[in-house]
Amino acid sequence: MATAAPAVAMRGIRKRFGAVAANDGADLTVARASVHGIVGENGAGKSTLMSILYGLIGADSGSIEVDGAAVQIRHSRDAMQFGIGMVHQHFMLVETFSALDNVLLGAEPGWHLPGARAQARVQLQALMRDSGLQVRLDAMVEDLPVGERQRLEILKALYRGARILILDEPTAVLTPQETDQLFVTLRQLRARGTTILLITHKLREIMALTDAVTVMRAGRVVLDCATADTTMDALAQAMVGRRVQLGRGAAAAAAPYGAPLLQAEHLRWRDAAGVTRLGDVSLTLHAGEIVGIAGVSGNGQSELLDALAGLLQPDAGELQLAGRRFTPARWLDPSTARDLALAHVPEDRQLRGLVLPFVAWESAVLGYHARPRYDRRGWMRHGAMLADAIVMMDRYDVRPRDARIRSGQFSGGNQQKLVLAREAMPEPRVLLVGQPTRGVDIGAIEFIHGRLRAMRDAGGAILVVSSELDEILALADRVLVMNRGRISGELPIDACTEGALGRLMGDAGAADAAFAQGAPA
Amino acid sequence: MSSGHELPRWLDLGVLPLFNLALALLVCGIVVLVIGLDPGQVLSLLAKGAFGSRMGISYTLYYATTFVFTGLAVAVAFHGGLFNIGGEGQAMLGGIGTALVALALADHWPAWLVLPLMTLAAAAFGLAWAAVPAALQAWRGSHVVITTIMFNFIASALLSWLLINVLKEPGNMTVESRSFGPGAHVPAVHEVLGALGIEWPRSPLNLSVLLAAASAALVYLLVWRTRPGYMLRAVGFAPEAARYAGIGPRAQVMFSMMLSGAFAGLVGINEVAGVHGRLLLDYVVGAGFAGIAVSLIGRNHPVGIVLASLLFGALYQGGAELAFEIPGFSRDMVFTLQGLIVLFSGAMAQVAAPTLARAWFAIERRLAPRPAHG
Repeated sequence: MATAAPAVAMRGIRKRFGAVAANDGADLTVARASVHGIVGENGAGKSTLMSILYGLIGADSGSIEVDGAAVQIRHSRDAMQFGIGMVHQHFMLVETFSALDNVLLGAEPGWHLPGARAQARVQLQALMRDSGLQVRLDAMVEDLPVGERQRLEILKALYRGARILILDEPTAVLTPQETDQLFVTLRQLRARGTTILLITHKLREIMALTDAVTVMRAGRVVLDCATADTTMDALAQAMVGRRVQLGRGAAAAAAPYGAPLLQAEHLRWRDAAGVTRLGDVSLTLHAGEIVGIAGVSGNGQSELLDALAGLLQPDAGELQLAGRRFTPARWLDPSTARDLALAHVPEDRQLRGLVLPFVAWESAVLGYHARPRYDRRGWMRHGAMLADAIVMMDRYDVRPRDARIRSGQFSGGNQQKLVLAREAMPEPRVLLVGQPTRGVDIGAIEFIHGRLRAMRDAGGAILVVSSELDEILALADRVLVMNRGRISGELPIDACTEGALGRLMGDAGAADAAFAQGAPA
Repeated sequence: MSSGHELPRWLDLGVLPLFNLALALLVCGIVVLVIGLDPGQVLSLLAKGAFGSRMGISYTLYYATTFVFTGLAVAVAFHGGLFNIGGEGQAMLGGIGTALVALALADHWPAWLVLPLMTLAAAAFGLAWAAVPAALQAWRGSHVVITTIMFNFIASALLSWLLINVLKEPGNMTVESRSFGPGAHVPAVHEVLGALGIEWPRSPLNLSVLLAAASAALVYLLVWRTRPGYMLRAVGFAPEAARYAGIGPRAQVMFSMMLSGAFAGLVGINEVAGVHGRLLLDYVVGAGFAGIAVSLIGRNHPVGIVLASLLFGALYQGGAELAFEIPGFSRDMVFTLQGLIVLFSGAMAQVAAPTLARAWFAIERRLAPRPAHG
């Protein structure tokens, strides 16, 4: 305890993948019993560095010390032996096993499972008391909410003797309440002497939780300092390599709204299980405004978006769009929506926005494939498709700038830019956007927000659904808050404070169990 | 996760299949060696049987014709995200359609009128037979894998019933219909070439081979060049994205299955009209199932399917020759060889890919540091 040796010291780590240097001489020193944040844009090399530390991939050169002693980590077994544990962004759990069995899996002491279970249960209960990580050990993992699955993953690592815990984007799948709970737990673990390495791209979390922070860019460490000595702006600048303007800035003063372009009245919908997902939702989108929908995800935002885009037929209500009136008997369908100049950037770009095995220029006309520009009496006009895809990629800075690559091979941020470029191409009057920047790095967030504002300024009506409060606050002119399938309040942007919004999102943390479980993870 | 590198196209589509085939032949060689025969002799006899004579080539092409039809049928459904195992039954129905038109019209009507009608009937009967499982899938969610298998049995029973109770000639002891009239005769290749003054040995190879080639070209154009093909692939790859794009999945399920059934039905033209000139019981004999292997080996692409069909045709023809030439080399041994080739080139087609990729990137890296000389 008296030694000042850092928990982890990595020096001069290099790793190349083909022609790309993922780590180009990266150094990292992590003090014992601290929370150390690692930030960087997608592809900056932070995950590679952590995978090297956890033994998932081998470094080309460089050295690693754990607690002051030089170690060779060739395999994750080695890492565990040195007390290093990792919780991946996508959980490594067997859904049809109980929580207890998931902990045991791979660490079974022998063939006699009932004995092992009893023994593990005693140890885990002690561990849970110590660490504050509460998990129902006998529940099936498939029945556990996301936050509890994550606690189980952490518990699993601790059970295997982890003193150094790597968390890869732990909050990406969590609601704000679950995030707060996680942070409480992590602070508790730190107090117990556990060292925590936190990979994230959310600077707010870095400021809230960490003791020290390392910023990576293009495989190198560009900033390494105590969190108290830096600011979010400084971190963002270090990540991107230039000044970044996030938030509203001066450009936000929007002109007064124009005519209503879309009006939805009293939308109601129950899902197959009889749970009310939309309960009497009404909203109007005017020309020249961005309306933000805030709320804990799973409170009906996705269903609202689908109903307005024609993908979900509500049980009751009415929709007016471009002078036409739709009722549940004859609801809007996606093709008609596009014909009426309504475009939709779906929340899940990989499932819906793109056909991943399609090359980019095929995905670039998805939904618009029947337009005469791309379709001459049934024959697809590949020339026009390719030409337009190149224009889209130029306008939205999609990288790599190659329309012949499969859609699935672009990074998440570039996929999102491609979808946005496609939906913006026909200059829609109404644009529905779900999670505009989920998993997108800071430089691209700035770019996407700029584009959305430009479309608003050109007279478009834009609806933004986002689970990131920051994003709503940065983009919206008017904010609606959804809670349990209803609009629980509306605020002009000037009246929006986190406190006010939080109160409207309100008891969402205690939302019905049915609601929370049905929510997409 | 894989290394994230994709193989270059020429490696993926050229070298990898050849490598797999070589591997299959190697294992075949070992098996042959184990039963005490000379692998070199067996392989050369197989190749000679399939390609060594004009006769052999004709038979190879004749077998390949049927496999192209059933292979395309599987591929079209596959691109729509469906696994059509009903090629066997759809091909039987195609034969029934062919026969009904031939029996009704071919005695009096001229061939130029009857042959197109027979082709249409073959496709239409196969299409209709596939439409039922398709509709059950689209509206009721009954999985086509199950229903198409069941429809194979129903087709087989239907064919038997028709032959025994309706179409059998009185007085004939074998279960077959009467011979078709002259209008239903699909010209054989040796007849056509003979008319052009080229001597060609007599074989079952008939002009259906051109229909097969045209079908392959049609599938390519349809799937990759037209809007229906675009929609079909969108649904096949990503049903949710297709729904988002306003493409109704039901229509696509119907479309791809019916198209699939139509191609399978064309087997009837090659076998029933082209070869036998009458409807009989066992003219499909597993071709529908072979189509699955053909499509798999051909990566569901028409060019690949044509090549895989030729391979299968060669195995059938060369295998028959082998069983004839080498005493003790039974038909079962031939099936073993075919099975090994399906195993290595189809089911395990991607097994060697990572090794090949590593080898290729190692070579690439060795070449890369050298200064470029233009």
